[in-house]
Amino acid sequence: MSTAAASTLRGASLPKWSPYAIVGGSIVLGVLIGLVGGLDSKVQWGLIAGLLYVLGTYVIAARVEGRRQAKDRVATSLVWVAFVIAVVPLVSLIWVTVSRGVKVLDPYFLSHSMGVVANADTGGGAYAAIIGSLEQVGLATLIGAPIGILTAVYLVEYGRGRLAKAVTFFVDVMTGIPSIVAGLFILSIMLIFKMQPFGFAGSLALAILMMPVVVRSTEEMLKLVPNELREASLALGVPKWRTILKVVLPTSIGGITTGVMLAIARIAGETAPVLLLVFGNPFINNNPFEGAQSSLPLFIYQQYADSAGANAAYDRAWAASLTLIAFVMILNLVARGIARWKAPKTGR
Amino acid sequence: MSKRIDVSGLTAYYGSHKAIEDISMNIEPRTVTAFIGPSGCGKSTFLRTLNRMHEVTPGGRVEGKVLLDDENLYGANIDPVAVRREVGMVFQRPNPFPTMSIFDNVAAGLRLNGNFKKSELGDIVEKSLKGANLWNEVKDRLNKPGSGLSGGQQQRLCIARAIAVEPNVLLMDEPCSALDPISTLAIEDLIGELKERFTIVIVTHNMQQAARVSDRTAFFNLAAVGQPGKLIEIDDTERIFSNPSVQATEDYISGRFG
Amino acid sequence: MDISTQTTDASPPTPPQPSAAEQKRNARGATRVGDRVFLGLSRGSGILLLVVMAAIAVFLTYRAALAINRDHGNFLTTFEWNTNLIPPTFGIAVLAFGTVVSSIIAMAIAVPIAVAIALFITHYAPRRMAGPVAFVIDLLAAVPSIVYGLWGALILVPHMTGLFSWLNDYFGWTGIFSWDGGAPRTILTVSILLAIMILPIITNVSREVFRQVPQMHEEAALALGATRWEVVRMSVLPFGRSGVISASMLGLGRALGETMAVATVLSPDFDIHASLLNPGGGTFAQNIASKFGEATEDGRDALIASGLVLFVITLLVNGAARIIIQRRAEYSGANA
Repeated sequence: MSTAAASTLRGASLPKWSPYAIVGGSIVLGVLIGLVGGLDSKVQWGLIAGLLYVLGTYVIAARVEGRRQAKDRVATSLVWVAFVIAVVPLVSLIWVTVSRGVKVLDPYFLSHSMGVVANADTGGGAYAAIIGSLEQVGLATLIGAPIGILTAVYLVEYGRGRLAKAVTFFVDVMTGIPSIVAGLFILSIMLIFKMQPFGFAGSLALAILMMPVVVRSTEEMLKLVPNELREASLALGVPKWRTILKVVLPTSIGGITTGVMLAIARIAGETAPVLLLVFGNPFINNNPFEGAQSSLPLFIYQQYADSAGANAAYDRAWAASLTLIAFVMILNLVARGIARWKAPKTGR
Repeated sequence: MSKRIDVSGLTAYYGSHKAIEDISMNIEPRTVTAFIGPSGCGKSTFLRTLNRMHEVTPGGRVEGKVLLDDENLYGANIDPVAVRREVGMVFQRPNPFPTMSIFDNVAAGLRLNGNFKKSELGDIVEKSLKGANLWNEVKDRLNKPGSGLSGGQQQRLCIARAIAVEPNVLLMDEPCSALDPISTLAIEDLIGELKERFTIVIVTHNMQQAARVSDRTAFFNLAAVGQPGKLIEIDDTERIFSNPSVQATEDYISGRFG
Repeated sequence: MDISTQTTDASPPTPPQPSAAEQKRNARGATRVGDRVFLGLSRGSGILLLVVMAAIAVFLTYRAALAINRDHGNFLTTFEWNTNLIPPTFGIAVLAFGTVVSSIIAMAIAVPIAVAIALFITHYAPRRMAGPVAFVIDLLAAVPSIVYGLWGALILVPHMTGLFSWLNDYFGWTGIFSWDGGAPRTILTVSILLAIMILPIITNVSREVFRQVPQMHEEAALALGATRWEVVRMSVLPFGRSGVISASMLGLGRALGETMAVATVLSPDFDIHASLLNPGGGTFAQNIASKFGEATEDGRDALIASGLVLFVITLLVNGAARIIIQRRAEYSGANA
């Protein structure tokens, strides 16, 4: 069928393997150019290869398939390049943290503190920091989670009128407060009362950061509870507060738990407010209400910043990072697991 | 320009689910062919295989042949993008591009396919809008957004957009089901005019509509829910509505099921 | 507040059937007290949130006023941060410059990549890949900022020298990219690290918006014979534009307030330079974190004053983002 009309449907097209061939070719060329040009940064090799890939795709496709198809292919290749660019730092970060963190991460590290171990020396551990983190985050959760959940209940179950609108708006605004500002707020109060740093001050700042996150996620979950359930309960003569406690909250408890856990994961990694309010302490201080404490993120920062480049301190920083990431990731995964397990089945 | 369509042994899937099975039919140029049948019988799926829109749905794939003037749409080296330019489509709900003006909506397909001079573009847009019986209603507000029109006007705008690129075939998937009776009438009149230039295939739920607008009618049915849809018969519209050769067709048309 | 009733086929526990005795106990008096207490508690929590927001503004302003009164320099224009002098002399010009410039460069890097990744997930990736990719992006969002900081300072910084010398060789003449060969702990490195950190949030919001593009708009483009890229350009991007803008603003807010990652990477120098590759500048948050340890009470008040400025800037940026999101919600509702 070689009529003129038929040819309009039949676009010349590149074979299926051509994108892979172009990728391979550009990587080889990129490496060659890098070697010949004497460029020492592998990142530059990668950039050159990426550029060659995009350009090569356009030129080859424009020749064979036409300009529109070439644009389409370039867009596709750019999207893939963007994806690779995003994955590179993540892989590097996880790889470095794990590979360098496991060096000193052992039971000793988790059960001992820095005490009088000098920064440049090996030994010591993050026990005091872990205790501090657990206490501060735990107290922050005790404050932040109930207030957040109750606020969400108010917004969904009772909220009408201007107060609810104001709360909704300021919850949004609060989500965007930089963590250091929350720290400065508590600090300004402490300055007025001439207080010294202590763990609970950090908890207060963390609770401020936690509340809006909990409100948002709980709100979403409560809105998913079908209205019929509420009406069924109210129609039986059950008062509203018992309906909320016995019907609405139990129905959405999975989602609420997920939200709270994700919020905990977020504040567990916050450093800035802790730096201002808890100050850091190489010794074990189990009392969050008196005296400086440490915390995991603060421990990482201080091992890095105060060590003047001592390798032993860097190793401890990586080990603490690995501990922190493991904690946060486990919380995330468990939270997602709960979300999936408890997810209302939307008959789709 | 108007081309004939010859379908043979066409089967379409959604993933592992067989939606329609072994359909063969011939559609003559410059005719209106209506597809009727109960919901879920695969008539829309079949329509979407005629311009390779079916495979856009995740998991959608097709076996068999669709010949457009002797060229298989599913042959090797066929570019689905080129197919869709030759075989235009109008959808159930009017879907003008919400961020574009009326003019830009009609010109959208043209702009994809090469460089037109501004005056040329204006001429084609005017011609297309006239072809869709919409010109007089919108000529003073070509730069206003298309989403500001009424539902019936939007649908005619979509028809103008489809015919602006001069396709050979125009597929219409229940084009009037979201419209009021007056707009429906306007579109039906328009179909009568458009068949002078295009091969038209229309899916409809409305049997009176099929009877009014089409030259040929195809009846689709499925044995049971979950079974693939099949073509029961295709014949001249008059015959289908007066004296169909299959009992199921008569039952459906006389309202005994569906 | 309307409650979504679309998921009626959820499998909720059956509502408890109150026994006759219970119903008696719930006689009107008790009911009213219970309801009143519960309403009081939940409304109180909402009010508490408002009070906290107000308190943040009030206390920060109070301490900031104390500091600015004692400031010997001009709080807005002085290129100096010497809070231990008597009288103290400090100004936020350098910090404002560094904060804004680093965040905007971070946006310029992150937004196109984030939009591309969002498109990748919604429109380009093979279906089996889209889920895992979205998951990986979520993981990126979960990594604590201090870990980004450590990684940035110890891994990213050494890898920047190649890029820096290349920029200097080819674009040094612009002045913006000239480099004296010092450690690459500068605004540009900070911007790149910030870009990596705000990528997930911009990606996630954009992804949601792109996912909401009505199928019929995309099919309209496809049926005209549009290639995949043309579908994206004609129907996906116009529909998602305002969503991407607000996503970018949320990312900007995050970048403006980021503390630890900047504090670990930047070697601050209280001055403004044209070059992004030479030391210079600082950011509000970074300055607070690094100056805090040695600050006296005056110094702390000065830092609080700078924090107040940061607070106001992020409020404006986030507020704008929210307003754009809300407008969009109305707009798409009207068209649905």
